[in-house]
Amino acid sequence: MAGDGVMSSYWRGVRDGLPFLFVVGPFGMLFGVLATEAGLSVYETLAFSVVVIAGAAQFTALQLLTENAPTLVVIASALAVNMRMAMYSAAITPHLGPLPIWKRGIAAYFLVDQTYAASVLEFEKHPDQTPAQKFAFFLGVMTPICPPWYVVTLLGAMLGTSIPPDLGLDFALPIAFLAMIGPLLRTPAHRIAALVSVVLALSFAWVPYNLGLIIAGLGGMIAGAQAEQRLGITP
Amino acid sequence: MTGTAELWIVIVALGLGSFALRFAFLGLVGDRTLPDWLLRHLRYTAVAILPALVAPLVIWPTATGGTPDPARLTAAVATFAVGYLTKNVFAAMGVGALVLVTLGWLL
Repeated sequence: MAGDGVMSSYWRGVRDGLPFLFVVGPFGMLFGVLATEAGLSVYETLAFSVVVIAGAAQFTALQLLTENAPTLVVIASALAVNMRMAMYSAAITPHLGPLPIWKRGIAAYFLVDQTYAASVLEFEKHPDQTPAQKFAFFLGVMTPICPPWYVVTLLGAMLGTSIPPDLGLDFALPIAFLAMIGPLLRTPAHRIAALVSVVLALSFAWVPYNLGLIIAGLGGMIAGAQAEQRLGITP
Repeated sequence: MTGTAELWIVIVALGLGSFALRFAFLGLVGDRTLPDWLLRHLRYTAVAILPALVAPLVIWPTATGGTPDPARLTAAVATFAVGYLTKNVFAAMGVGALVLVTLGWLL
């Protein structure tokens, strides 16, 4: 029965998404703490997580807001960090593309690193599922990831002021990103892209309004694409 | 920290922009295929943006007013090394945090 298939897909999704709770928990909590330390109210902090629902971009925006960067630069830099979402969107389209537009809209809103990674892994393992089953699986993965993101953000925001400053919390963001960069460096092209972006980021750090980030990001992407083509690397 | 109006502009713009990025291909492209050159560049977005974001924060930490800090540098190297070698994000974050806290306490 189709209904049963959809339900079992949903629960398989929940099971596959569950481990990510341990990543989302501390990360969301940290955002809540840092946001309130930066002067955001509990309500503003929660709204940030619900409306934007993208950890890395939220941290970037927060960082730049505390540095008093111009609004446009804050938005552009955070969106640059989120540009990989467009890639996820492109990669998941062959699987969820046939769905009605409103379901694709829901999937787009919940498309984050973890839901994307877990879903694509599953869809490539079991490509013969119907779009409805794939959508159910996606919603299953999302369940232990996205609503908890709101909850832990709220928790962090409420506990925020009671957590003593100067615990080296400023460095939690670099640590979290550094931890993610290592596993991403799968091919020589990825390593070249990262290396070029680091060199450019440090060389152009003097450029005002953090525009060095955009220069380094674009430079790294071009370097990666060039390396892939010239070295004949299979992505 | 800047004003409330600016904060809300950022929140709403980021929300709309992030949704647009996520919806772009899923919603509008449908069954059509994307040009190869574009996909080739998009593949390296994460590895280009994240290191660019982190590198200056590691070398010139905001908390020390931009002065390189041995504890933070060591923690950064340890985090990256564990992540690269084990492919385990969790282990890398744990080791990084441990190194940072331990060195911060010792130094």
